[in-house]
Amino acid sequence: MHYLVSVIDDQSSSGTPDEMAAIDAFNERLQAEGHWVFAGGLAAPSAATVIDNRGGEALFTDGPFLESKEYLAGFWIITAPDLDVALKLAAEGSKACNRKVEVRPFL
Amino acid sequence: MSATDAREAISRAHQAEWARVVAALTRRFGDLDIAEEAAAEAFATAVERWPADGVPPNPGAWLTTTANRKAVDRIRRENKRDDKQKEARMLYDDAPPEPLGAIDDERLRLIFTCCHPALAMQTRVALTLRMVGGLTVPEIAHAFLVRPTAMEQRITRAKAKIKAARIPYRVPSAEDLPARICGVLAVLFLLFNEGYLATSPDTGPVRHDLTAEAIRLTRLVHALMPDDGEVTGLLALMLLTEARRTARISVSGELVPLHEQDRGAWDRSLIDEGHRLVRERLATGVAPGRYQILAAINAVHTFARDVRDTDWSQIVALYDQLVRLDHSPIVALNRAIAVAELDGPEVALAAVDRLEHHLAAYHAYHATRAELLRRLGRSHQSRAAYGKAIELTGNTAETTYLTRRRDQLR
Repeated sequence: MHYLVSVIDDQSSSGTPDEMAAIDAFNERLQAEGHWVFAGGLAAPSAATVIDNRGGEALFTDGPFLESKEYLAGFWIITAPDLDVALKLAAEGSKACNRKVEVRPFL
Repeated sequence: MSATDAREAISRAHQAEWARVVAALTRRFGDLDIAEEAAAEAFATAVERWPADGVPPNPGAWLTTTANRKAVDRIRRENKRDDKQKEARMLYDDAPPEPLGAIDDERLRLIFTCCHPALAMQTRVALTLRMVGGLTVPEIAHAFLVRPTAMEQRITRAKAKIKAARIPYRVPSAEDLPARICGVLAVLFLLFNEGYLATSPDTGPVRHDLTAEAIRLTRLVHALMPDDGEVTGLLALMLLTEARRTARISVSGELVPLHEQDRGAWDRSLIDEGHRLVRERLATGVAPGRYQILAAINAVHTFARDVRDTDWSQIVALYDQLVRLDHSPIVALNRAIAVAELDGPEVALAAVDRLEHHLAAYHAYHATRAELLRRLGRSHQSRAAYGKAIELTGNTAETTYLTRRRDQLR
């Protein structure tokens, strides 16, 4: 079972060196214990471009699709047998990156 | 067999067997939705058949077999329609759970799943009432004063989340168990409190249906985990509170505070049972958690045959113990009420006033201040505090009581 663990941020500064070190340690643990699928940090929402090609002609819009105080700063995709395991891992991830996280199952 | 006998047998079977049937089917089919629907169909079949055929010798086995058959029928129907339905079954952990001092009962898995911390509190309560308590959706909707369609949606969404997010159907590991039991007890306590001091002006001031259901479910959890101190504590607390239920509301529908209650009207058998549970916990010598301390406080109150015999120093000592475990301002407020009896209203008022920042929107904060100010002869301020409390409470019996108290002041 795969879960998306989204990192929710509300500050503009990126991770501190301490946070980065804690994230690295957490990632290594995910890999060692077989929970790792993929992970990555994202550039600021202002670097986003929205594309709408539903009408057959691609329209590009500068900026995120949703302006909000909180935004997605990065994510993990983990594999876990059930939500209890996923929640525990996510709690450690939240501590490591010092941000709120959201756990959402893949279909 | 008379129709009445059959109805009674069905009602007894519903009380005794509903959770067991749902739990057994959830284990077999790995799907709460199928289990719930099949259990409901089995009971509906009993309503049709038992009056004519007679009550089967083992009603529980009959209901489980019938429900199993209904579930298999449904799965066959759905498989013809869509093979994908076979996927997305709930996770069932086959490892035997850690010994809990009780037999491994399927119903425990059901309770822990319904009270999972990933579900919203109101959802946990609703789901527990439906799956474990066997209340119908309209009954639960009525209990929470929402439309049945809204309650149906909430329960459907919860079942879908349990399935999609793979909330496991198991008793938590020993390491997680204390926190998860705490979560289950919070659900039961919330249900009980909503019954004991209904927060809406649209219902009666005490809702016996809710307190009774909370006690029934807590008895079940206690039977399944008899060695857990906090489960025992919560059951004792509920019994000692419920024992005073009829004395707490006057014939005219007004709240009667503890010190004015007719103690002869208290339910002795509930008090005796509650005292026995509290003594049982004391005898273990294990440090008590918050529910056990609350139960002990209520045991001291109910031990006094006359309010003047209340051992206030013991009550304050118990609150001191509670404050160390639970930093909630509501606990501090209740401690201050006991302090008033021991050290006088002035000391208590100073302690209460320090809580304003946290409790300014809580009716009991203002009601307590009003009472203390009255005792200190500060009538004008007392009236204002009663006014605030009246504004904030939704309970009709409390409104009537507070209004009368305020109007006595000049």
